[in-house]
Amino acid sequence: MIRWNKAWMMGGAGLVGLLAASSGFAAETAAVAVAQTATPWWLWAVALFVTSFLLGIVAVLGGVGGGVLFVPIVGGFFFPFHLDFVRGAGLMVALAGALAAGPGLLKSGMANLRLAMPLALIASSSAIVGAMIGLALPTNVVQTSLGVTILGIVILMWSAKKSERPDVPKADSISSALQIHGVFFDASRNQEIDWKVHRTLGGMIMFIVIGIMAGMFGLGAGWANVPVLNLLMGAPLKVSVATSKFMLSIVDTSAAWVYMNKGAVLALISVPSILGIMLGSLVGVRLLRRANASVVRKVVLGMLLLAGSRALMKGLGF
Amino acid sequence: MAEYKFDPKYASEEQLAYAHALDIGWKIGFGLMVIFFGLYVFGILTPHVSMEDLARYWTLPANEYLHAVHGPTGWGWTALVDKGDYINLVGIAVLAGITILCFMRVLPMFLKKGEKIYSAIIVVEIMVLILAASGILGGGGH
Repeated sequence: MIRWNKAWMMGGAGLVGLLAASSGFAAETAAVAVAQTATPWWLWAVALFVTSFLLGIVAVLGGVGGGVLFVPIVGGFFFPFHLDFVRGAGLMVALAGALAAGPGLLKSGMANLRLAMPLALIASSSAIVGAMIGLALPTNVVQTSLGVTILGIVILMWSAKKSERPDVPKADSISSALQIHGVFFDASRNQEIDWKVHRTLGGMIMFIVIGIMAGMFGLGAGWANVPVLNLLMGAPLKVSVATSKFMLSIVDTSAAWVYMNKGAVLALISVPSILGIMLGSLVGVRLLRRANASVVRKVVLGMLLLAGSRALMKGLGF
Repeated sequence: MAEYKFDPKYASEEQLAYAHALDIGWKIGFGLMVIFFGLYVFGILTPHVSMEDLARYWTLPANEYLHAVHGPTGWGWTALVDKGDYINLVGIAVLAGITILCFMRVLPMFLKKGEKIYSAIIVVEIMVLILAASGILGGGGH
C-alpha cells in the first residue's frame, strides 16, 4: 500500500509539474493561431487520447467527473484547439460517461428516477441557456469565468463536508407530492437504507445555476450536483452520487445539442477524448481498491488549482 | 416487452424500463461512433474538411471555423453524412438523442398509472430536449 501511495504521489506531482511546464508551450501555441500546421493532425488525436485516458484514471480515483478535469486541462495546456471545441468535447465526454453508467445505477436503485426528473428538467432547460451564453460570449470572458469557476470548485471540493446519511426529520411538501423517496441496498453495510429528502425548492433553485454553468463551460456538473443533493436536500451520499451521474445524461444532452448545432463538436477532438476517458475510467475502477483516495484527491485538487489559475490568466490576457 | 429483473423495492418498473432503453441506446451510439471514427481517420471516407485544414482552423472560434471551412450549422450536417468527418455526428447524435427516446419509453407507463405530475414533467422534458436538438436555438446564429 505504501508503495502505491508513493507511486501516486510521484505520478501526481509529475503530472502537475508537466502541466505547469506546458504553460509556456500553450502560450506559444495560442500565438501561432491559424498558422498552426507544423504538428501532424494524427499526433494531436493520439495526444488527446492519451491525455484523456490519464484523466479518466485520475477522475475515477479522485471521485470527480471527467468533464471537470478535461475542459480546463485540455483547454489550458498543450492543445491548440479553440475553447469552443474543447467545451463541446467536454460535454460529450461527460454525456458519454453518464450514459454508460446510467443503466447500472438505475437498475441497482442507487440512482433514482423520481429524484432526478424534476431537477433534471430544471437543469437541462438552464443548460440550454448556459450553452447559448457560452457560445455567444467572447472567448476571454468565458476563459476568465471558467478559471473563476474551477477555482471555486477547488474551494468547494476542499471545504465541503459529506454526509453518508443526512438526517431528514420530515419530507417537505414538494418532495411528498412528487413521491421522492426510496430504499437502496448498501452493500458496504449489508443493509437496506430508506431515504427521503427535504428543502426541495432550494434544491430546484440551485439546479438553475448548476444547469447554466454546465452548459456554459461544458464541465458536467457532478461537483455541484452532489453537494446540493446530499447536503442541501438530504439524500444519502451514495444516492446523491449515483443520481447526479445519471442526471448528467439528461442535463448534458440539452447542452450537447446546442454545441452540435453551432458546429462546436469536432469528431477528431471529441471521439478520441470520449474513448480515452472511458478506457481510462475502466482502468481507474480497477486501481480504485489499491490507490489511496485522499492522496489522489489532493492530486486532483492540485491539477484543478493549476488548470483554474491557467484559465484565469489566459482569460485576463497574461 | 423486454425482460429484466424487476424489484419494486429498489427500482420501480419505469426506472428499470428507462435503464433498459438507455442500455441499448448508448451501446448502439457508442458502437456507431467507433465505427464511423475508424472510417474517418483511416481515410476510408473522404472528409468534407481535410485533416490539414482542420488542424489549421481548429484554433478559431466555432463560428469562424464554420465560415472558414464552409461548414453547416443546425442539422445541415445531415446533407454531408457521406463525408468522413460529418458521418461521425450520426453516432454522436444517437448518444445525444437516447435520453429523448428513454423518456418516450416511460411516458406511457406514468400515464397508465395516472401520475399526472411526472407525466407532465416528462412531456416538458421531451419538448425541451427536442427544442435543443431542433437547431432553432443553436442553429443559424453566429
